[in-house]
Amino acid sequence: MEVADKSTFKWDSKIPTGPLTEKWKTHKNNVKLVNPSNKRKFNIIVVGTGLAGAAAAASLGELGYNVKAFCIQDSARRAHSIAAQGGINAAKNYQNDGDSIWRLFYDTIKGGDYRSREANVYRLAEVSNNIIDQCVAQGVPFAREYGGTLDNRSFGGAQVSRTFYARGQTGQQLLLGAYSALMKTVHSGKVEVRTREEMLDLVTVDGTAKGIISRNLVTGKIERHAADAVLLCTGGYGNVFYLSTNAKNSNVTAAWRCYRKGALFGNPSFTQIHPTCIPVSGEYQSKLTLMSESLRNDGRVWVPKAKGDKRPPNQIPEEERDYYLERIYPSFGNLVPRDVASRNAKNVCDEGRGVGESGLAVYLDFADAIQRDGLKAIQDRYGNLFEMYQKITDENPYEVPMRIYPAVHYTMGGLWVDYNLMTTVPGLFALGEANFSDHGANRLGASALMQGLADGYFVIPYTIGNYLVEVTPGEIDTDHEAFVEAEQKITAELEQLLNIKGSKTILDFHRKLGKIMWDKVGMSRDEEGLKEAIAEISALRKEYWTDVFVPGQQATYNKYLEYAMRVADFLELGELMARDALERPESCGGHFREESKTPEGEAKRDDENYTHVSAWEFTGVDSAPVHHREDLVFENVKLTQRSYK
Amino acid sequence: MSTQDNISVNLKVWRQDGPNDKGRFEDYSLKDVNTHMSFLEMLDVLNENLMKEKKTPIEFDHDCREGICGSCNLVINGIAHGPEARTAACQLHMRHFKDGETITIEPWRATAFPVIKDLVVDRNAFDRIMSAGGYVTVATGNAPDANALPISKVHADSAMDYAICIGCGACVASCPNSSAALFTGAKIAQLSKLPQGEPERKQRVKSMVEQMEKEGFGDCSNFGECEAVCPVGISISAIATMRTEYVKAMFS
Ligand SMILES: Cc1cc2nc3c(=O)[nH]c(=O)nc-3n(C[C@H](O)[C@H](O)[C@H](O)COP(=O)(O)OP(=O)(O)OC[C@H]3O[C@@H](n4cnc5c(N)ncnc54)[C@H](O)[C@@H]3O)c2cc1C
Ligand code: FES
Repeated sequence: MEVADKSTFKWDSKIPTGPLTEKWKTHKNNVKLVNPSNKRKFNIIVVGTGLAGAAAAASLGELGYNVKAFCIQDSARRAHSIAAQGGINAAKNYQNDGDSIWRLFYDTIKGGDYRSREANVYRLAEVSNNIIDQCVAQGVPFAREYGGTLDNRSFGGAQVSRTFYARGQTGQQLLLGAYSALMKTVHSGKVEVRTREEMLDLVTVDGTAKGIISRNLVTGKIERHAADAVLLCTGGYGNVFYLSTNAKNSNVTAAWRCYRKGALFGNPSFTQIHPTCIPVSGEYQSKLTLMSESLRNDGRVWVPKAKGDKRPPNQIPEEERDYYLERIYPSFGNLVPRDVASRNAKNVCDEGRGVGESGLAVYLDFADAIQRDGLKAIQDRYGNLFEMYQKITDENPYEVPMRIYPAVHYTMGGLWVDYNLMTTVPGLFALGEANFSDHGANRLGASALMQGLADGYFVIPYTIGNYLVEVTPGEIDTDHEAFVEAEQKITAELEQLLNIKGSKTILDFHRKLGKIMWDKVGMSRDEEGLKEAIAEISALRKEYWTDVFVPGQQATYNKYLEYAMRVADFLELGELMARDALERPESCGGHFREESKTPEGEAKRDDENYTHVSAWEFTGVDSAPVHHREDLVFENVKLTQRSYK
Repeated sequence: MSTQDNISVNLKVWRQDGPNDKGRFEDYSLKDVNTHMSFLEMLDVLNENLMKEKKTPIEFDHDCREGICGSCNLVINGIAHGPEARTAACQLHMRHFKDGETITIEPWRATAFPVIKDLVVDRNAFDRIMSAGGYVTVATGNAPDANALPISKVHADSAMDYAICIGCGACVASCPNSSAALFTGAKIAQLSKLPQGEPERKQRVKSMVEQMEKEGFGDCSNFGECEAVCPVGISISAIATMRTEYVKAMFS
């Protein structure tokens, strides 16, 4: 491991030695085990009850640890994972179409544009099969064939059918499975779930995680919770862009507070922008809705050839339409990967050929598919999606082409973790979308659900023991000065926000931040824009702390106070994302730098100089963070330039 | 349904400072409501206006705004989730209201769902019902191969029809008896369709039904209101299944 700068920071990715296919097996054999009778002496805090958190809390509870799980919503079952539609990947090869652990590994590492660790991704592919077994045993009603075996579909341009699904509600069914396992451990007394309770700080003693400070969202009470290890499973931070497909409560606060306490932040600028979302309809818009990627299997994407052509779509004759994906990428056509599809939509809209009132949309047209396969077939395939589209837009997609536009969807970046999922703060682990680990610069469809459950069910139960054997359980209690101090700091911060009583609402600031992020740290980035973004965000943050209006009081239910804290942290994160994007002048995956493209305008990697993970160290809110790099070593795959022509 | 782009609405909103406050309706009027707005976006705009006047905004629960998380819970003009069938409040759009219309907004009302503030209620009782038996006991790592046990498509599909419950509680809010039978029945019915649910079948229905009663939910008298308001269309047959399962469990 190379550390590029002169800082004395110590870190190690702890990748086991040996051949790729043996690493995880060997590691499992070598990790130290906690004596069963000792497990009950350890207290573990799990923050978040999405797929990663619910799976981890349930599994650790079953093993005998004392677990306290926290979530923002009024029930663990409402975590944002519930909204995932499409499916979950696994290398079962039930379809006998040549899939294997190796192929899933290879597709994932290539899809991530070679910016993730071989060892982690291989392990992910390896445990993917156990996940499906586990979920089926829990009673998850995956789609089945008439013969009673499990059905699969091909997703996101994969060449094999490896995606398991439960209608358009796969995330819901997987989360309810994990939630049911969690509720069982609640029943047996091993896990306590604290709903409507938000972590606002990490408590460290001598640099080691020893607990958290939380706010009871019903009473406003600030609480201290001690533990021997803290697992952060708090999801992604796409809402830094204000508009995204994430649920409204998704945020960065917990991860950000850990970053401030010494956890490095990995690849913060790696963001996935999903090509098929319902476009923004007005200033009041509060979130964006994803239309499943599967629609591109049958829908054709187009815009008018002429700029500013405002005719209704059915009055634009065939020869005046530009099916630009089919034109530019004749072999992949409408099925190019997410980042490529998104960027091209932006390009045609930037040229002035976008459709709809705002000009920020492209058509996704099913007319040909309906003619070819019949209305019934299209209804069977996409009926629920068409219905959802019509509910929102009041337009009938069977008759008028859908209008779609890219939207922020997923964050590949997150807290840096080693192979054991431990951050650079000993005792603090990060799982699921909250860590940076498996997707490199671009995530493939149906692999976030896989990663969340892999981390929670099958990785952390092994790797946490390795840490805990070195720890004396219950060493620190909540009377420790570190808890007193952290609690006072949070209380003061909340008071400060409430006392500003400025002239602008929190939303005013969040929208402004979102616009800067979208324009300058979004689908395409360049040096000038990124530098502007850094300055603008920093100025906006100062304005926030002098002119925001936060209503109500601390000691009550107060949704806008929660929101105020989250936006305060987004205003710091946004700047770090811009710095990270600036630090990487190459294009890779979802990170597109205008300065680094091929003559045809496609993303161009710079493997010689940038085959690394960027990990950032906090030095103060208004001082520049320190950049560290973890060099990525590829021993098993050959780096190739992605091409979809 | 409105065909105009902008409408004005009058709102009668339930405001309650805390669990012990009596609560009251307050009136607001909102102009220039774009009919493409969702109902919750309309409330966002109202809250922005209130905050610009330094007033306390209205509290309401929401998260996904896609009709899947089950957070949103508004009784709109007397109907849980409002006038559109099979639509959660967050998926309801303002085009379904008339210019000048008065809209009443209330929280779920049920003894088992005490009000926390304004339109926000405590639904933890649902978690406790699940915790009593809404699961299959299978320790992590202890599962056979997923295809080891074939399940007919008909049974899997039927289990899915019940599994899609979003746990919002509209069924309770709409029931004259505040019964949680549809919610509880949906989980029992799902697991009764699957071989994985078999070993704990009897214990599950007993424990869940007992817990439901303990939480203060009323009995089901077959009004059917629950099915009518359910945003995902869970069939009332779930309740019949629960009853049959219960009887079987008690007398065998
Ligand atoms: C619309 C949509 C569709 C998707 N479809 C797919 C798909 O088909 N396939 C796929 O693989 N992936 C999909 N994804 C991505 C995937 O759903 C997510 O990446 C994944 O579910 C994240 O799971 P998680 O457990 O890491 O976090 P989450 O599910 O986001 O859970 C976060 C948890 O942390 C809690 N939390 C957060 N902050 C705090 C705090 N400060 N204190 C206490 N608790 C806190 C929350 O309450 C919640 O319980 C989709 C995403 C979206 C937005
Ligand atoms: S906000 Fe999630 S269902 Fe309405």
